[in-house]
Amino acid sequence: MSRATQPTIASDRGRTVETANASQDAALSVRGLTVAYGEKPAIFSVDATFEADGMSAIVGPNGAGKSTLLKAALGVIPRLSGDVHVFGEPVADARARIAYVPQSASVDWDFPTTVMDVVQMGLYRKVGLLGRLAGQPRDWARDCLDRVGMADFAGRQIGQLSGGQQQRVFLARALAQDADLYLLDEPFAGVDAATERAVIDVLKALKSENKAVVAVHHDLATVLDYFDHVFLINVRRIAEGPVATTFTTDNLQAAYGGRLAATHLDELTVVDGAR
Amino acid sequence: MIPFLDALFLQAGYNAALVAIGAGLLGFAAGASGTFPFLRKRALISDAVAHATLPGVALAFVAMVAIGGDGRSLPGLIAGSAATAWIGLLVIEWIARRTRLSEDAAIGAVLGVFFGTGIVLLTVIQTMSAGRQAGLESFLLGSTAGMLFQDAIVIAIGGSLAVLTTWLMRRPMTLVAFDSAYAAALGYDVRRIDLMMMALVMAVTVIGLKLVGLILIVALLIIPPVAARFWTDRSSRMIWTAGGIGGVSGYLGAVLSASAPALPTGPIIVLVAASIFLLSLLFAPDRGVVAALLRRRRFQARVHRRQGLLALAAQHPIREAYTLRLLRREGLVRADGVPTPAGRAQAAKITRDERRWEVAREIYQDTGLTGRYDGLTPIEDLFTIDEIAEFDHRLGPPARVEGA
Repeated sequence: MSRATQPTIASDRGRTVETANASQDAALSVRGLTVAYGEKPAIFSVDATFEADGMSAIVGPNGAGKSTLLKAALGVIPRLSGDVHVFGEPVADARARIAYVPQSASVDWDFPTTVMDVVQMGLYRKVGLLGRLAGQPRDWARDCLDRVGMADFAGRQIGQLSGGQQQRVFLARALAQDADLYLLDEPFAGVDAATERAVIDVLKALKSENKAVVAVHHDLATVLDYFDHVFLINVRRIAEGPVATTFTTDNLQAAYGGRLAATHLDELTVVDGAR
Repeated sequence: MIPFLDALFLQAGYNAALVAIGAGLLGFAAGASGTFPFLRKRALISDAVAHATLPGVALAFVAMVAIGGDGRSLPGLIAGSAATAWIGLLVIEWIARRTRLSEDAAIGAVLGVFFGTGIVLLTVIQTMSAGRQAGLESFLLGSTAGMLFQDAIVIAIGGSLAVLTTWLMRRPMTLVAFDSAYAAALGYDVRRIDLMMMALVMAVTVIGLKLVGLILIVALLIIPPVAARFWTDRSSRMIWTAGGIGGVSGYLGAVLSASAPALPTGPIIVLVAASIFLLSLLFAPDRGVVAALLRRRRFQARVHRRQGLLALAAQHPIREAYTLRLLRREGLVRADGVPTPAGRAQAAKITRDERRWEVAREIYQDTGLTGRYDGLTPIEDLFTIDEIAEFDHRLGPPARVEGA
């Protein structure tokens, strides 16, 4: 395969970081992040550390600020306060190492472009304004489409795709960036079972390549199966850590308030370190 | 020769030729630079920007007269119009970003206020320099009468720069128009790229002011991209298609208006562009209205044919006249509704295919293709002969269709 190798150890870059020790190796570290619309905070003074190894889920009720946390960390929406480091560097200096997968419902799929064009958007930063996209970059983009099982759709107009296929194309675009940190906003929202499997397989493959994966996730039933770490949020940080110790009934109760039935919770979560 | 052909081949005099070439170039530049604002769904901002040029024109005139120069000097008027258009653009951007007002409210407010101010200034100028024909009203609807070689040069150079910039910046602009959140995550300055899109629109507007006028220039910025969208599915090609449509509209419009007395150039150009839009809307392959209608008819026919054949197989009477007509035309039923041998064979086949679909749906439950297992696509189109043989194997030997 024609994959470029990239340095994966942040400290190689020779940058001194003044923040807490944990952020030295963390893939994504957020300190005091606050986002507010008017004077109503969407997320308030959030500290979060997402490990460089394994897959992390951001979990919380609707309106808890899960997507907002990702977007604000990336600078997609303005933040009121807080700083964000990626592999120990300020986020603005680490753009090339970050791949973002927005919610597929957030764009107009009638836009005049093809599947291949969308995947190649992941290469725009690398090739620049006028760099060639034919040849090797195109082969690479095709490889990425292949990894999500969409190679046959390269020439399709994006308006013809189903919801699950749209999600896979967005994932392929992120893969094309060949980043070290993958941030996904609800990658399993509204997709078919086959897509969910395809996406999770790709994410697990990324994990085995020592890439960091952080996903906003809404399906409590699959948190234990899919993820290694979990970050519970409801405007403020509720808890974070390995799923085995963090994804507990108490913590979920704290995040969701009375909105989850207790019997239901017991089936989903780790109780007293069981499982 | 008839006047239209004379004008078409630039034989209708120096001024007519100059106007035709200038209008063609302007149309091309407007179509190409209007593409991304349209795709970003911010096309109407260009309308406000165009109207916001008027106070600039008036103020520049006053300023140039005040310092003792010729108030009608084109570069000065262009600079003035660009200045107020830019202010208008920033005000819209500021209102949409910093206040609770939405962008359309900002567009409306800026358009009205700037245009109103411009008209007031224009009126004042006319009373001030009584007897002195400033001719600034021609900036409202455009005028071709006094077009100079120098004006055509301004359009050619300014237009080329606008097209070149659009082409150079097509990747970031595509990214921002399609998925601005992703663009921001990649580190692009979305706000600056948005401003650049609008700056291009503004540039085309100010160079086209004198020829087409500020009220109608917006049509040249919007209609060609909208029409081009019917013909292409790729944004990079849309730049050139929209440019082409704009160029043809500009040239043809100027030629038409030159071939008869008293036909205003700007409005005729817009009408030509609108005609191209209408033709595209109706007849474009794939996205056109006629194509969509035909597709729908074909789909309806497939649904009825399937229903009819299933009814034949089940020996139900067919009551829908359209279904009967369809089957009769294919020779599958006789005039009295009794199936022909061919009809019975087709009915048997479709019954079998129905059962094959069921097996297929069971096997491939969640491959994401299931949406296409509607029984309307011929089963042979989706599956190989081997796969169908596998379904048949599961189904067992063909069952005898009753009545066959």
